[in-house]
Amino acid sequence: MTTTDPALAIGAIVATVLAAVVIGAFGNRVSRTTGDFYVASRAVSPGLNASAIGGEYLSAASFLGVAGLVLAYGVDMLWYPVGYTVGYLLLLVLVAAPLRRSGAFTLPDFAQGRLGSPRVRAGATTLVVVIGWLYLIPQMQGAGLTLRAVVGAPTWVGVLTVGVVVLLAVAGGGMRSITLVQAFQYWLKLVAITLPVFFVVAAWRADGGPEVLAEAPPQFGERTTVVMRDDAVLTLDDPVTVQVDGTVDETAQSGAVRFTAGSYAVQAGTELVFPAGATVPGTETIPSLSGGEWGFPLSNGQSEPLYRVYSLMIALFFGTMGLPHVLVRFYTNPDGRAARRTALAVLGLVGLFYLAPPVYGALGRIYTPELLLTGRTDAVVLTLPGALVGGAGGQLLGAVVAAGAFAAFLSTSSGLTVSVAGVLSQDVIGHRTASPLRAFRLATVLAVTVPVLLALAGESLGVANMVGLAFAVAASSFCPLLLLGIWWPRLTATGALAGLAAGGGLATVAVLITILVGPTDGWAGALLAQPAAWSMPLAFVVMVVVSLLTPREIPTGVRRIMVRLHTPESLELDRGANLTGRGGRWP
Amino acid sequence: MTEHQRPRRETVTRPTPKSPQRGPVGAGRDIDEQTTLGETYMRSLLRTQLRLGLSVLALVIIPLAILPMVWAIAPGIGRLTVGPVPLPWLVLGIGVYPLLVLAGWRYVRQAERNESEFVRIVTRQ
Repeated sequence: MTTTDPALAIGAIVATVLAAVVIGAFGNRVSRTTGDFYVASRAVSPGLNASAIGGEYLSAASFLGVAGLVLAYGVDMLWYPVGYTVGYLLLLVLVAAPLRRSGAFTLPDFAQGRLGSPRVRAGATTLVVVIGWLYLIPQMQGAGLTLRAVVGAPTWVGVLTVGVVVLLAVAGGGMRSITLVQAFQYWLKLVAITLPVFFVVAAWRADGGPEVLAEAPPQFGERTTVVMRDDAVLTLDDPVTVQVDGTVDETAQSGAVRFTAGSYAVQAGTELVFPAGATVPGTETIPSLSGGEWGFPLSNGQSEPLYRVYSLMIALFFGTMGLPHVLVRFYTNPDGRAARRTALAVLGLVGLFYLAPPVYGALGRIYTPELLLTGRTDAVVLTLPGALVGGAGGQLLGAVVAAGAFAAFLSTSSGLTVSVAGVLSQDVIGHRTASPLRAFRLATVLAVTVPVLLALAGESLGVANMVGLAFAVAASSFCPLLLLGIWWPRLTATGALAGLAAGGGLATVAVLITILVGPTDGWAGALLAQPAAWSMPLAFVVMVVVSLLTPREIPTGVRRIMVRLHTPESLELDRGANLTGRGGRWP
Repeated sequence: MTEHQRPRRETVTRPTPKSPQRGPVGAGRDIDEQTTLGETYMRSLLRTQLRLGLSVLALVIIPLAILPMVWAIAPGIGRLTVGPVPLPWLVLGIGVYPLLVLAGWRYVRQAERNESEFVRIVTRQ
């Protein structure tokens, strides 16, 4: 599977990491106060800011996960990139300007400032950490997968590399340097994913343009050696003779084995050599799909496909605004108007990026079908250029995508770490240390270490899948808190808290069951794996109903806060103070 | 970090009574003093902006939400192809993105207009 020259790939990855460190260090000279640390003192221009937000937003899920999901499950998976982008439109239209005008630095700040309750602040803090870590784990796992796919390194190498670099960059430079690093990384990612598309498509055409939607399930184009990384049950529809070295159906095998149609339990570590033209067997997680089942909507064999699509749409559309690392970026705009314009630019940058991943997924069906068998479909972006474009050109393209993938892990992880460390230092560690700067550095260590350990311990659930779960929790907690907090003066602290507990709490439980027990079939499986469709409306209903039942708790200053959130800054009005909650610790 | 090193906190305060001519006039004062009239202005601003936002979203989300339903009820529509490419790939893979940017652009323009109109009304003597 190692089609890229390891030396070249390592060189490209090291260059990416170095660029991040150098640009970060350059920014560090400017960052001197705590304000610089968190939000770059709001002195970031809209173009730079939009690139930085794009760089932060396009995570491993976008760079690797989307193409991997498309390769495995077909056209229904295109709702992922569409959802990530529509989510941004919602953010622009309902949240961007008021949130900037609120003056809050973090989600807990907003929650406490708006509702005047330390209990709501505690709830919001907990959720920022839960969502942040849930989102960080797949970034780390993606890094492990990348290094294994391109240079054959063990998974922990990639996980630790990203962990250490992020730790150094965030603890050392804070947000100002991160802004520059992330703006650079957006453009690197865009080039890294788009450039190979032209070469890959040209190579496919030169190959005679084989039918992507062929009636039959994917076949091995040439004699292919596959090493199974995990235990798997393979399903064969046609008889085939395979060279086996390992254990099949609890029998040690070495040599040619004739398999008839049926199911076979293959142990991890078993090597299988399939002849050219053999049909790729299906597994429990990735069924063998015909061109039609894969290429047309709602036919990929997952249970309750319509429910899954709608629930995914709800999670992604409404979850984006609740991601802590996305929100903190809006405070770097000078005013509400700039926040809107920045969000619009981000919408364009993100949409531009998503044109490329489906191409990898589609061509991967022809040229890297062994990924379907090993379940490592997330690696398709990394392996396809080398597999399809031969020679030095292919090697170079492979190195470029590896660098882009690393940029994705680094940028998203940095942004998430800043947010998680921000709330941890403010609410958990803050009172126990002498200086906010030390608190922030300590918090950064904690914010990185926990997801690194979880990524090393946990079974990979698929990068985009994990991220989808983080979105579901965000959609069921911060989305109603923000929308009602901004647009509905009658929201109360008790209402918000009840809604966060009901929506965010139950969604988290569903997510944990999915991660720990693994995906299950039928309605129960669909409801647990895609909780947003029920947990998000539940959170809204609970917040509204409980708020209406506790009208005495409506904060006295709410009218002033509405003036602050919604009137343009050019008007000379009494807006009260910034919604910084507890205050004290903030510059 | 000790007290004197801490950077200055930025606070927006209401104008002092000593310089009334610098404070807001007309509707601006009504908003500051939270009179019924001021509340009416604020409610109208909120309503206008929320209605604009929701209408832009309806324009985007309703068609998108209908798509899976259409494909479920009439699978034939999901199987239409343009050349070798199935229509759903073109719609979800390429077509939606320019529409999203267009919707966002229209929203930004109109939201800024609404705000300018609000400023004009509030600062009117």
